[in-house]
Amino acid sequence: MRALSSLWRLTVGKKIIMAATGAGLCAFVLGHMAGNLKIFLGREVFNHYAEWLRHIGEPLLPPTAGLCVARLGIIACAALHITMAVQLYLLSDAARPTRYNKVDNSLVLSRTSLMMRLGGVTLGAFILFHLAHLTWGWICPGEYVAGDPYNNVIAGFQHSWLAAFYLLAMVPLCLHLYHGIWSAFQTLGLNSPRYNALRRPLALAFSLLVFVGNASIPLAVQAGVLHL
Amino acid sequence: MKLTLHVWRQSGPTAPGRFETYVAPDVNEHMSFLEMLDVVNERLTAEGKEPFAFEHDCREGICGSCGMVINGRPHGKTGLTATCQLHMRHFSDGEELWIEPYRAKAFPVIRDLIVDRSAFDRIIQAGGYISARTGSAPEANAILVPKPAADWAMDAAQCIGCGACVAACPNASAMLFLSAKVSHLGLLPQGQPERYERVQRMLEQHDAEGFGNCTNHGACEAVCPKGISLDFIAKLNRDMLASALRAPVAQE
Ligand code: HEM
Ligand code: SF4
Ligand code: FES
Repeated sequence: MRALSSLWRLTVGKKIIMAATGAGLCAFVLGHMAGNLKIFLGREVFNHYAEWLRHIGEPLLPPTAGLCVARLGIIACAALHITMAVQLYLLSDAARPTRYNKVDNSLVLSRTSLMMRLGGVTLGAFILFHLAHLTWGWICPGEYVAGDPYNNVIAGFQHSWLAAFYLLAMVPLCLHLYHGIWSAFQTLGLNSPRYNALRRPLALAFSLLVFVGNASIPLAVQAGVLHL
Repeated sequence: MKLTLHVWRQSGPTAPGRFETYVAPDVNEHMSFLEMLDVVNERLTAEGKEPFAFEHDCREGICGSCGMVINGRPHGKTGLTATCQLHMRHFSDGEELWIEPYRAKAFPVIRDLIVDRSAFDRIIQAGGYISARTGSAPEANAILVPKPAADWAMDAAQCIGCGACVAACPNASAMLFLSAKVSHLGLLPQGQPERYERVQRMLEQHDAEGFGNCTNHGACEAVCPKGISLDFIAKLNRDMLASALRAPVAQE
């Protein structure tokens, strides 16, 4: 037990949890994007897909149980990821109580950690906004129709400020993914001279794919390609 | 050449510190950095002033005692050298240098530029050893070591425990040091019996000493006088994961 709990107690363990849950969130982001793209296949297909999500696992599981489990998994990942990020930040901050008077900028690279930490917080805020917009329907500028996500997405993105906001929000997400995916290989010890050179390109390809895929929807609505 | 030095002065662990400025008017480019400091100190002594304290021993880059931070860079700007091997020819006339001790909670300042690095000793004591049969020396080739493992272990074993990695790390993490010490034993057959216990114990001690956590920045690798690679940190992470999930552990 002591060995297992070291994942929770020790810094490297916490970092491993952060990378593993980050990988889980990456898988979700990719799947979520793929699902979103079904909107290009029309109202019928998109709404049917949204409805299908509620019935995952049937008839093995009762209705919506599958979706609940998936949601709980994602929430657990996000909660662990954020908890570890905050704990590690506090630990590291305390490890250098006195700062240097002269700083060598080529060493500090503080832009990257600022991007991960502040960018991560921005990302968290965006995720809450996104839920309030399309899941709970609290801040939907068009008319929110429960059970008609096709309508809710398009009615929302017809407002140019909202479309622009979503486009902008993809920037912290994709920067976080770009550094995070590269970094997670190191954290999980998946590091080998055989493929180390591929880590940056892979991270870039993944984050660009997520950017282009997700950005295409508000852009298509604004261009009039997608309409009610 | 003439240099202006701003040197950190601190009379004791709890005393407040401050920079004092000295002008070194006649620095010879063939001097090492420590020799330059010796000359400044001799002059201070002759003037009846207190020379400033810095640590040194071998002066050939193998003992690891001479680290200090020069213009924000542990061991100075050249890379792959300890402060004692840094030569004044890398500086130019009229340059201004800020010389500070390592700054980390786990490395408290003792005096001026000297910090207490015994946290490293305690990390080694926690697991940086192997069990060996005592008595007569075993036959040299009784245990075969694959060449790549031997080479890699040798790379890790180059770490001189200078602490520059901690000083450079934005999180004051000792992960590069720790990974070198864990790897140079863990890569060899002789290090296998304690391989996973070692990771757990040394990491536990690392955290208890108050070092921070690695964010994969690489500032450590950039300043390490021995060129210890970040790949050892990845290897440490892998061993840590294995030690948590599947390694045999003694009765807890
Ligand atoms: C909700 C707010 C979030 C916060 C506050 C946050 C914060 C952080 C922080 C501080 C790091 C460490 C960076 C470093 O050590 O340099 C990190 C790493 C990471 N994050 Fe996030 N993050 C968030 C959301 C996400 C999401 C939604 C994903 C995936 C889609 C994600 C994927 C990753 C990955 C893969 C890593 C790499 C782990 C590693 O460094 O080894 N994060 N995150
Ligand atoms: S890893 Fe390099 S910088 Fe760190 S203590 Fe060892 S020799 Fe010094
Ligand atoms: S004095 Fe020994 S390494 Fe510099």
